[in-house]
Amino acid sequence: MAAGSTYTPIATTTLGSAQASYTFSSISGSYTDIILVINGTASATIHCQLQFNSDTNTNYSNTYLLGNGSNALSARDTSLTAMYLDTNGFTVDQSMGVWSIMNYANTTTYKTMVGRYSSSTRSAEAIVGLWRSTAAINSIKVLTTSSTLATGTTLTLYGIAAA
Amino acid sequence: MANTMTLISSVTVGADGASSIDFTSIPSTYTDLLLKVSVRSNNASVLDTLGINFNGSSANYTMRNLLNEGGTPASYTQTAYASQNATGYQSGATATASTFGNTELYFPNYAGSNNKSVSVDSVSENNASAGWLWLGADLWSQTAAINRITLLCAGGTNSFVQYSTAYLYGIKNS
Repeated sequence: MAAGSTYTPIATTTLGSAQASYTFSSISGSYTDIILVINGTASATIHCQLQFNSDTNTNYSNTYLLGNGSNALSARDTSLTAMYLDTNGFTVDQSMGVWSIMNYANTTTYKTMVGRYSSSTRSAEAIVGLWRSTAAINSIKVLTTSSTLATGTTLTLYGIAAA
Repeated sequence: MANTMTLISSVTVGADGASSIDFTSIPSTYTDLLLKVSVRSNNASVLDTLGINFNGSSANYTMRNLLNEGGTPASYTQTAYASQNATGYQSGATATASTFGNTELYFPNYAGSNNKSVSVDSVSENNASAGWLWLGADLWSQTAAINRITLLCAGGTNSFVQYSTAYLYGIKNS
């Protein structure tokens, strides 16, 4: 593996109290891709979403494929005000996800996310998202659709450099 | 900044095969673990299931998956093995020669005091009548730090064949 190509920590937090959102700000543009890892629980079944650079307009879309233990299904959502990280819900049981945001610092193309959400009581899920903006991503807000992520939930951002 | 994805240990199965692949004395100095597995078993079938357990424990495993073999996708909840988690596919003895099933497992906060969740991506493809894809959500409902990871074949009844490999990496968040 080439030097510089491995996971480099950008920022991490362990929630000291239940929170409905958390923002990674002032993200350096010096990496090629970034990876977000969330591991935790919620007080109720919620969805986690992303917004980039404080954009709350309808510039986000998703396609996902999931298995909920009895059915496999796929669907998509367009013109969202935030990009989903999961579509079947963080919950009181331990859940996790790993999501990659490709070529996040370029100023030419729209930005794509691909990731995996895992909960043994909710679903195994593969999800992709699109942010229709050519701006370099310099902040990432993780937010919930309702209720909160629980105390002790960890959120970590890693940088992956191609060279 | 420091690179934090560090190889902890690797295993390559020799000519005699191996009934398990065992990573022991895993240090707790990392934040997450990443395990990359390329294995084939001697199961008398085109396919075998990859099993996993932690710290030698034989209880408290649950799993939910999404899988497909080229037809209609399906989803299941763990029922196969009480003493380990089914955690993906691997090629069996009648699969096309030299094909191995590949699985990647991500363990966040493996040394923390919460229950341990694992993300699983697994494939077995052999250029024949079927190929298999498995996306899994594993859970070990124990608060102990993971210090040992054991990979098994189909509930422990078969063996990994020569050239099967597994690489365990540690990832730090600081």
